[in-house]
Amino acid sequence: MIARLGMGTHSVSALGRWVIFLVQELGRMAVFFSKGFLLIFSLPFQVGKITQQVYFIGMKSIFVICLTAAFTGMVLGLQGYYTLVKFGSEGLLGAAVALSLVRELGPVMTAIMVIGRAGSSVAAEIGIMRISEEIDALETMDIDPIRFLVSPRVAAALISFPLLTAIFDVVGIFGGYLTGSCLLGINPGIYFSRVETSVVMGDVTGGFVKAVAFAVVVSTICCFQGYYTHTRAHGFGAKGVSLSTTSAVVISCVLVLIVDYVLTSFLL
Amino acid sequence: MDQPLIQFENVSKKFGQQTILQDTDLTIYKGEVTTIIGKSGVGKSVLLKHIIGLIEPDSGQILFNGEPLSQMTKEQRRAVKRRFSYMFQNTALFDSMTVFDNIALPLKETTRLSDTEIRKKVNDMVERVDLHDIDGKYPSQLSGGMKKRVALARALVTDPETVLFDEPTTGLDPIRKNAVHSMISDYQKKFGFTGIVVSHEIPDVFYISQRIAMLQGGKIVFQGTPEEIQQVTDPEVREFVLGLEGRHDVLTGMAPQPSAEQRLKEEMALLKRHETPFSVLLLTVENLDEINERAGYTAGQTLLKKFAEGLRSRLRISDVCARYGLSRIVVILPQTNREQARSTCAKLAREIELDDIADPKPYAEFSFSVSVGFAEAQKDKPLEHLLVSAESKKNALYEFRLST
Repeated sequence: MIARLGMGTHSVSALGRWVIFLVQELGRMAVFFSKGFLLIFSLPFQVGKITQQVYFIGMKSIFVICLTAAFTGMVLGLQGYYTLVKFGSEGLLGAAVALSLVRELGPVMTAIMVIGRAGSSVAAEIGIMRISEEIDALETMDIDPIRFLVSPRVAAALISFPLLTAIFDVVGIFGGYLTGSCLLGINPGIYFSRVETSVVMGDVTGGFVKAVAFAVVVSTICCFQGYYTHTRAHGFGAKGVSLSTTSAVVISCVLVLIVDYVLTSFLL
Repeated sequence: MDQPLIQFENVSKKFGQQTILQDTDLTIYKGEVTTIIGKSGVGKSVLLKHIIGLIEPDSGQILFNGEPLSQMTKEQRRAVKRRFSYMFQNTALFDSMTVFDNIALPLKETTRLSDTEIRKKVNDMVERVDLHDIDGKYPSQLSGGMKKRVALARALVTDPETVLFDEPTTGLDPIRKNAVHSMISDYQKKFGFTGIVVSHEIPDVFYISQRIAMLQGGKIVFQGTPEEIQQVTDPEVREFVLGLEGRHDVLTGMAPQPSAEQRLKEEMALLKRHETPFSVLLLTVENLDEINERAGYTAGQTLLKKFAEGLRSRLRISDVCARYGLSRIVVILPQTNREQARSTCAKLAREIELDDIADPKPYAEFSFSVSVGFAEAQKDKPLEHLLVSAESKKNALYEFRLST
């Protein structure tokens, strides 16, 4: 009986510890982000570094974004057509493809692709700088490491995510057109007029709000995981960096989906 | 006594279960080079990192100019930090930046100098540490020794007031090792910075330090001048210092200073007991600073090395030649009186030629001037007197300027 009671309290206290840790971690991330964000505006502006990061996070992701957008749109066209044709309303395909892309798939897929391409490398790069004492070196030179490393990346993410999302939406809609009109024979005029009439400004801004929120989540988590590589329980050296990179990708993907749900329920 | 620049008071630090520092007390004075010695893994780097604030102590406090760092505001701490510079043991260079950008980074980020001024400063510094044509290279393309020198350049480029060197010479060859030492000592004289050096280079590093501290078992077990550490009776300190001291000075191939002192004592005892005379010569390279300045530190050290070789080959096998500081050499001539010492001097001045040590000459009006003083030991006078009289003007008969 006593033993059972002991086990019960043990698991409750373990749960408690875990929740406290989680809340603390979230708090630290919030502080980390606010510091990184505010330091974007500190003088002198780091225009060069931000541009470099926009090139890395944004520009270099365009190809992979176009590729995934095209195939996402094409699949939506196929699936949408075969579903809608059952109700005889295949003419609505344009609306179905455009709305699901602009409201949902555009921002989410963009975020997930950028996490895979740039987020992981940001976490690894900052993690390696941490373990090779480069971040300590910055501190000894009186250069704020958060301003130097995190701010440009946060700024670049805030600039790149909405733009990449826009590209994703447009390419995706054309992907839907490819399968819907060219392959399955829906009149292109109907397809595009449905796109035009169904998408309102609110959908577009909603999508962009999501993109900005994802930029905050992804840039913060990836930088944070790399920056605190050395504080991981069992992660030393290269092992620590690999663990940080993995958790950066996993946590940001999961959080993107959670944030997406929360935002959607507010925006609808 | 002056107000110490940095003071550790009962500083303790634990990493997990492992105690690194235990009630450590340490005093560092302004304008001096303090060397921290101790076995590997004893916590020397941890001690240094406390000074610059990379690690906070668990208990105890660190005072800067008498003020506790822990009670300073953020701005005050930044102001303190701005006066420091740190050279990391593993260099901590930015792998994704070129050598030039690495050295220029602290100037670009913390000063308002123009690009041309930064370029000039960096180039000067790169010259001084004897690196050429590597501006565009990345740290991973350099050898370990070159990386060390890039890190040194980065630490000194901001003209800091206090520089912390974490093993600045580990992994360098003897000439470069000594070049780095004489560079630290030179800079210290020129800019008056305070240097804190963690090093294993005993006794070389004693030549440039005014103060030595030894860390052992989390405590500072010795603190004092290089002369004092030679006379210390504590077996642990003695064993450590003697254990690391080579039988030969690695640069010049001569005996190191402590063994010369030992030999002098032995000769003195012989003189007192058997009336066997002995003399000493004290050779000082007068313009080493100028050579360092104009031809580079490595060139300066190479010349010193060649001069030492030339000198040794012209002495008797029983004579003892020893390094006696950065630019001084002492020669002990057993069973030699004053007159014989004088003729040895004359012989050396006649025989050692510039071509022996510098071919080709590093710069047009190059000269290598060495002043030589000599003295015969007297049994009723202390040893210190012997060296002082060898150095005094009265005895400095020869000054050979090797130039063409």
